[in-house]
Parts: sequence; structure tokens; C-alpha cells
Amino acid sequence: MSDKIIKNGRIVADARLTVTLAEGEAPADIAVPAGQVLVPLAVWQARRDELLSRAQSGELGVWLAAGEDVAALADDLADLQVIALQFPKFTDGRSYSAATLLRSRYGYRGELRAIGFVLRDQFNYMTRCGFDSLEPPTGRYTDEQLEAAVASIEDFTQPYQSSVKDPLPLFRRVDRGTDQQVQA
Amino acid sequence: MYQYDEYDQRLLDERVAQFRDQMRRYLAGELSDDEFRPLRLQNGLYIQRHAPMFRISVPYGNLASRQLRKLAHLARTFDRGYAHFTTRTNVQFNWPALENVPEMLAELASVQMHANQTSGNCIRNITADPFAGVAADEVADPRPFAEILRQWATYNPEFAFLPRKFKIAFNSAAEDRVVLRVYDIGLDLIRNGAGEPGFRVLVGGGLGRTPILGEEVAAFVPWQHLITYCEAILRVYNRYGRRDNLWKARIKILVKALGVEEFRRQVEEEWAHSKDGPSTITEAELARVAAHFAPPAYEDLPAQDPAFDAQLAGNKAFATWFKRNVRAHRQPGYASVILSLKKTGTAPGDVTAEQMDLIADLADRFSFGEARMLHEQNVALADVRRQDLFELWQAAREAGLATPNIGLLTDIICCPGGDFCSLANARSIPVADALQRRFDDLDYQHDIGEIDLNISGCMNSCGHHHVGHIGILGVDKNNEEWYQITIGGTQGNGTTLGKVIGPSFALDEVVGVVEQLLETYVELRHEDERFIDTVQRVGIEPFKTRVYADRQPHRKPAHV
Repeated sequence: MSDKIIKNGRIVADARLTVTLAEGEAPADIAVPAGQVLVPLAVWQARRDELLSRAQSGELGVWLAAGEDVAALADDLADLQVIALQFPKFTDGRSYSAATLLRSRYGYRGELRAIGFVLRDQFNYMTRCGFDSLEPPTGRYTDEQLEAAVASIEDFTQPYQSSVKDPLPLFRRVDRGTDQQVQA
Repeated sequence: MYQYDEYDQRLLDERVAQFRDQMRRYLAGELSDDEFRPLRLQNGLYIQRHAPMFRISVPYGNLASRQLRKLAHLARTFDRGYAHFTTRTNVQFNWPALENVPEMLAELASVQMHANQTSGNCIRNITADPFAGVAADEVADPRPFAEILRQWATYNPEFAFLPRKFKIAFNSAAEDRVVLRVYDIGLDLIRNGAGEPGFRVLVGGGLGRTPILGEEVAAFVPWQHLITYCEAILRVYNRYGRRDNLWKARIKILVKALGVEEFRRQVEEEWAHSKDGPSTITEAELARVAAHFAPPAYEDLPAQDPAFDAQLAGNKAFATWFKRNVRAHRQPGYASVILSLKKTGTAPGDVTAEQMDLIADLADRFSFGEARMLHEQNVALADVRRQDLFELWQAAREAGLATPNIGLLTDIICCPGGDFCSLANARSIPVADALQRRFDDLDYQHDIGEIDLNISGCMNSCGHHHVGHIGILGVDKNNEEWYQITIGGTQGNGTTLGKVIGPSFALDEVVGVVEQLLETYVELRHEDERFIDTVQRVGIEPFKTRVYADRQPHRKPAHV
């Protein structure tokens, strides 16, 4: 849980709790707290019927560990308002591909949250891959740092490649005629 | 060569500003060492043995004279007056101060240069045939495609944190001049039956601790699909490449584990979703980029030049240099020159600020203002009028850049090794130095003929020892430097990995061992047979027998 997250480019208060499975805990048995939560994929899969109405209202979301296949949620996307993808280390880049697939291949339109080691120097890449909600570790940043971090989301005004955020690559997005070379 | 437009320049300027702020926050204690590490690595900055090492990217090896002058300026202003040219057509500075790197990046950006993704687990600098556009055996110029792929790879948000580094190379000629099969992706630009360009795609090559040659994953991908096909490969790798073990994280391990057929199936499945999508390259974009690589304004020159022939006949030293260091050009009356960075007494690939300025001057005077870096750590001037060769040779000779040893014994590929690199197990420069001094005699070198001798200071294989006819690898045994020797490796079309001849050697033994290998070759060679031909014909046994005959049997077993 983090007290402040960045959502759609704005700093907002947030109290959503990420439920984790401790070793030996069975997805069918653990208590899912009331209020805004993210539950592990295994819990969602084991108790879909029980949790469905909370998911449909957006109160409950599902989080995937890095490496868990987003295809596992393909049939649930219409029912889910919130999905989170985890970064176990900020150098583990699997969730960038997972986010890209979720948005572009499966057409997911709800909130897509980055959780785990979500650091400000990766915000730009995360948002370009389709994350609209960024949850840095609790207490990691001061308000002032978070403000600066929000500004850094726009570090690259016209990126070269196609991504979730910029579906067209630069060569289709703008006119790069041959007569505007920069003289260095 | 490619010139930035406003979009390229703005992106690079934004990157410089971004890193300047990251450095500021690091120095202010807002970023931990661990958090800063991948950021600085993706901007070329290593923390090394003595000082930071700063690695600058030279995309597909092309350098404009103003860029060379900027490198010379940086060497004088921020370093110790020299730079090192690497096997991946990067330029390294060994002595910058950490806090100066943002300023160096800003200086580089002013001449359309950068250190983007020269380290870290991301898509690294893309290399291509150094004789692109001038070689007679070229199918099509690979540089426009290399530039298009460079742009796709630059600050790519999905592939900045791969399991491990990722290297891509292009070739497009009968002869492979980039060692395509040792790349994560090797792109061989070919034409199909209808004459349309496309790529034969090799995947999963790499040197390092587990050297593996790349295998063909696609026989022909039409050029329009270059980005989407590479993206499919990268996505499969990013999702499924191993992240639990640094030594098993390269794509080659994934390809081996799945088998190339299964890997191909996964790539094709992924590609089916993006093929013909927005990243499909347009005719207009290819034309825009290709226009930058149009041939320069060649003069109509005669194929024969009696005055030049007389110069050759009249000066033996010039003729020797011409034979070793000059390559044929497709344009009549022109030639490509290789300036040697392998003068005895200099670390291979090291080049001083004065030499960089001179190369810039030579490029301006004789080669349309451009130079090219070779993975063998030399520099080429690709478009020189034959009638200018004598004057060029004289100027290069005065600057120590005309050693007539290209392809010979002292044209050693060598990493910086333990003198600089914190990854190294052993020093490599002293080995190169000892070998160059011992075999400096040019008549002897010419008698031995073409031979590739490659030295790496550790398993990471930056010195490409696996593909040297003679490969020397530094290994650490109980904190002592030892050297393992392989023979029979080759680069080029028939790339093969060398075989270890046996237990490793102490530093002071290496020169003697190489000498014995060469003596064995001289005794066994058939007429016109190169060292590698003899090794391939007779196998490694006669060499091994000779080298170990008089040596103690108690030495420790070699690491493999």
C-alpha cells in the first residue's frame, strides 16, 4: 500500500492494499480484506465467483507477478477495472511486455497499475507501455520529488517508436521530410 | 552519412537533460548506487578499476570528421589525451571524472553523438559492414536499415530492462565482415528471387563464457517487416529469457533451451499480431533515410593510372602498405584505406587526440569527410582517390597510422583487460605488447601471412578470442594471471570457434607458445596455405604436441 500514487499524470491519495500469499497459504483459504484491494492471480482464479461483484465495481483488482502470463486474464478483462503488474526488481523488465500485450493485444482499457519496485526514472517507459497508474514504494519519495517525477513522465516529447501511448512510430506520426536537417 | 533532423536532435537533447538530472540526484544522495547503476550504464558510464569508463556509441561505425575532432577535444579536455576504439565500434575514455560525464554528453550531442545504451541489459550499439556502400561484393547498403533499427531501439520503453545485453549486426555482402554469427541477432541483407531486399535472420549467437554460433530463424523477412520481426524476437526474449542466472541470461541460452524450431514458432506466433502493423517500414521512410547514404560525388576517373603504377613501382614501403592496407573500391580510380591502430608499442585500438584530429583532416582532404571504424579496431577511409594514396600514406605514416600490418600477426584484436577493466581476470595489453615487440619484424610477419590473433582479458570475450586463428584468454587462478590458448577459430563466412590446446600458461610463457605455434605452422604448411588452413587440415594435435612437449605435466587443468 502506498499513500500516494500517480494516476493519469496526477498525484493522488490511494489506499489500495496489495494482498500477498505467504508461503504455505492457499489461495482458497486466505481472507480477502474489505475495501480497495489487489489480489494475486491465484486467488482470483480460485475464487472468481465470490470476488466477481467486487471486481466489477472496481473495488477489487488482480495483480500479476512478473512472468505470469497476461493471457490468464484474457477472458476476465470485461469484468476487471483494475489490474496491477509487479516489478520484483526495477531491473526486471518483463512487466513492460506484459503491459504492452494487455493494452494492445487484449485491448484492456481499465486501470493498469505498476507495483513493486516502481521508481521515478522508469515512469516514462512505464507510461509509454500502457501503465496509467504508478505506485512507488511507500515513503520512497517526498511530495516535492513526486512532483518532479510527474514532470519527468514527459521526458521524451516525440519518441521514435510505436508504443501503447504513441501507437504510431515517429515516421508515421510526423512528416520527416528530407529538407529539415539540423546543421551541427 | 545520416544527419539528424529536428526530431533526432530534440530526443537526444532531452536525453542529455534527463541524465544530467539523474547525475545531480545521484550526487545529492537521492539515488542509491543500485538505482543509479542501470541509468548510468545506459548512458555509457561504467565505474572501473581506476576511474569511470565512458563508452560512446558510433552507430554502425560511421564517423564524420567533426565528430572525430569532438572526440579529440574530449580526450584533451576530460581525459588523458587518448581514446580506445573497441570491437563493437564504440569509443571508450578511461579517465573521465564522474561529474563531467553530463557535460561530455552535451558536447557529444552538439555533433549528433551519444552514449545511448552502450551498456546495460538493453539493445546495444548496432554494427554493420564497415565497407557498406563501397565494397564490390555488396548486395545492398545495410546502413539505412541499421539507422532505422537504431531509431527503433533508442529509448525503446519495452526493451530497456532485458534479461541481458542485446547486440545486433548487419551484413550485406558475399563476405561476412561483421562476424554475423556471434550476434544476438545477425541480419544478412539479401535479395529474393524477385530482386527485392529482405533479411536472412540469425539468432542466438554470442561469445562469452558459452560461445554459440547463431542459427537461422528466418530465411527471408521482407525489409518492410524488419522492425516488427525484431520486435517479436525481443518480446519473446524479454518474457521468457532466464533472469535467475547472469551467465544463462543471453538469448542464445533461450534459443538452445527451446531449440531453434520452437523458438521460431514462438517468434512467428508473436509476429503474426504485429506484422503489417504501424511499425511496418514505409517506402517513404526508407527513402528518407537512404538518401543520407547516397554515394558521394565521385569523379570520373580512369581505371588505369600509369602515374600511380609508377609510384607503386618506385617505393617498396608504399607498395607494401598498399598491398596490406588498401582495399578495392567499386568506383574506378578509388580505393578504401585502412589506417592501422596497431603500431608496436601502442595498446591495440588506442588513438591519441592528435591522431584523431589527423584522421579528421585526412577524411576531409581525401575521403568526403567521413571515416569508418572496423571491429578489428582499425579505422577506414572508404572513398579515397587512388591518385591521393601516396600523399595520404605519407601523412598517415608520420602520425604512426600506416603500419602495413592489416590482417597480419601484429594486427591484434585486444580488449583493455585488467589494466583498466574491472571485469577482467587478467591483463591483455601486456600480452599484445610482448607479442608485437617479439614479432615486429615485417618480413617475418609477411612470411607468416594472414593470421588473426585475438586477446580477451576474461570470459566476456570483448577481444573475440574464440574466433581468432590464435585466441588468448586471460583466466584467474588463485589470483594469478594465466592465459588459455585456442587455435582454429575463424571469423567471416565460415565462422568457427577455436579449440583449447590444453592447460593455460603464465604471462611470460605466452610469447614462446605463440612462437612454437608459428614454427609448427611453418614446418607443416603447404605452399600458399595460411596458418588457419594448416590448422584446419592437420588439426590441433601437432600444435599441441609441440607446445606441451617440453612443458611440465603438473600444470592445472584449463578452465573451459
